[in-house]
Amino acid sequence: MIAEDSVLLRMGVVKILQMAGFDVVAESGDGEGLLVAVEEHRPDLAVVDVRMPPDFTDEGIRAALAVRERWPDTAVLMLSQYVEERYAAELLARHTSGIGYLLKQRVADVEEFIEALRRVADGGTALDPQVVAQLLVRRGSDPLERLTDREREVLASMAEGRSNAGIAGQLVLSESAVAKHINSILAKLDLPRAGGDHRRVLAVLRFLEGNG
Amino acid sequence: MNLLTRVSPGPLTSLPGRVAPERRSRRARALTRLRRDLAFVGAGVPLHLLTAPLFVWGTIEAIGLLDGSSGSAPFVLPITIALVVVAGYGLTEAQRWRFRELCGVEIPRLRFAVARRQFAYHWLVGPCLALVELAVLVLALLAVAATTVFVWVWLLPAEFRLAHHGYTTWAAFSMAAGVAALFAVPPSAAALVRLEQRIAPALLRDDKAEALQQRVSDLTESRAGAVDAADAERRRIERDLHDGAQQHLVAMALNLGIAKALWKDRTDLPPDVMEVVEEAHRAAKESIEELNNLVRGLHPSVLDELGLDPALSGLAARAPFPVRLRVDAPERTAPAVEAVAYFVVSEALTNIAKHARATRAEVAVTRLGGILRVIVTDDGTGGADPSGGTGLRGLAQRVSSVDGAFRLSSPTGGPTVMTVELPCSAAAQ
Repeated sequence: MIAEDSVLLRMGVVKILQMAGFDVVAESGDGEGLLVAVEEHRPDLAVVDVRMPPDFTDEGIRAALAVRERWPDTAVLMLSQYVEERYAAELLARHTSGIGYLLKQRVADVEEFIEALRRVADGGTALDPQVVAQLLVRRGSDPLERLTDREREVLASMAEGRSNAGIAGQLVLSESAVAKHINSILAKLDLPRAGGDHRRVLAVLRFLEGNG
Repeated sequence: MNLLTRVSPGPLTSLPGRVAPERRSRRARALTRLRRDLAFVGAGVPLHLLTAPLFVWGTIEAIGLLDGSSGSAPFVLPITIALVVVAGYGLTEAQRWRFRELCGVEIPRLRFAVARRQFAYHWLVGPCLALVELAVLVLALLAVAATTVFVWVWLLPAEFRLAHHGYTTWAAFSMAAGVAALFAVPPSAAALVRLEQRIAPALLRDDKAEALQQRVSDLTESRAGAVDAADAERRRIERDLHDGAQQHLVAMALNLGIAKALWKDRTDLPPDVMEVVEEAHRAAKESIEELNNLVRGLHPSVLDELGLDPALSGLAARAPFPVRLRVDAPERTAPAVEAVAYFVVSEALTNIAKHARATRAEVAVTRLGGILRVIVTDDGTGGADPSGGTGLRGLAQRVSSVDGAFRLSSPTGGPTVMTVELPCSAAAQ
């Protein structure tokens, strides 16, 4: 299901969803319509624009939070012209599984976007690198300073919600090297070595938001 | 005093045998000016004379009150005095109208106060001016009448003309006098208008200090209005671009991306097709990025919704070098101040990226009492000059538009420290 007020873009995203093998059961142009449609169709995944009528502020975020509140099984992927780390924090505050928050322009990189769609639909996380970058600017002289440049890249990639294989693919590393980096990062930042990708994402994000 | 000269040029007909256009328009201009001067002078007569009967009435009543000859005086006199006060105010307004509409001189509005000078103008200077105005008008009328004396002569009965020999000589003399007077009318009318333009603004105004105070508060108000209007305009542009161009660009990039994905494995396509599509895809993505950065610098919607802190993290993350951000401003400030603070950081980071060759920067925003302090530091080459770059000048101007202070320390070799202090009161939430 998709909620997006720009018809052009909605058509494009529908095309991509169909390419990826998703079944688009409903489309809507605003948050109200989204809630009605989710109630009716109970989709696995909702792709939602952040700025929609009537006020063009953060209706999409409100609608997405409402969806997650009432139908926790529906994964939500937010799209926005600009990503704001505050909204990401709001989205991830209560749920870290099946949440995505990406810049709109990412849909142009079709393969990567499809990968993010699948990750979110499967209960994972997809955070835009921009969000992670925004989270990183707030950190002063702290454990982050102790990370090597490579480890910072891995950390950012991890925060986006990628699996070890995903990180390895993105940074052109071997999976074993990624695992090594991750262990070193978790040790330096004093984070729990929890199992499961999204638990790890959560830990990283909590850390990054720490002294915001 | 600026004089609005609303001279309409005469009709520019230059038919052969007609007067040349520029001479014609000069005559038309002179006539227009005369017409305007006479209208101004004429309008002055009733306004200046209006006070005389009131004055006489008031004096009679006052005398009646003093020698007890008038029983009604105690009741009538307050009415007269009230009329005098109201007339003073009303006449001032009427005079402001007359000066504005008939000769384009703006006299600043007076507060409701019977100032001495106002009184002097309406009660003493006014009647004298009325006499001079009447004299000019009468001169004009007489001049016209005398010039056209031969027309009137024919109207006289024949017996009269027969009885008065030599009337044609008299008529010729009066016509000559009339023509002379006719030539004297425009300059004298113009001189009178000039005189009145001197007198009225000098007398019909507040005290200098009060006028200045009034002016300052007017300007403060209008400047705040201008700042708000500019902010609203930025918001509108941001909204329009977001709903229009940006969506279209993303849709275009998306479709090119789909084309790329669909044709990736096709072998029957000429190789340059793929190249062109990829090039277009890349260009579209770059345009999105550029437009995003530009629009984000205008006025991000998150600034209105969540305030300065979350809006700044977006700016810091977009900079092409590491930026460290510290914001310590728990309360929201007025939207205009937030907008300026945001603009300061946005512009500063853009400048650093363009000129400073910095490897890192730091942005610190602190709220201390009624001051919002924004400090942007970079480790670049320094040597920034606020008088040179338009960016820095625009920045300083926008800071001063909300009465802020702007300081820049940028020794050659760096580091550069920009400090901006904005006065603020907590926003009414």
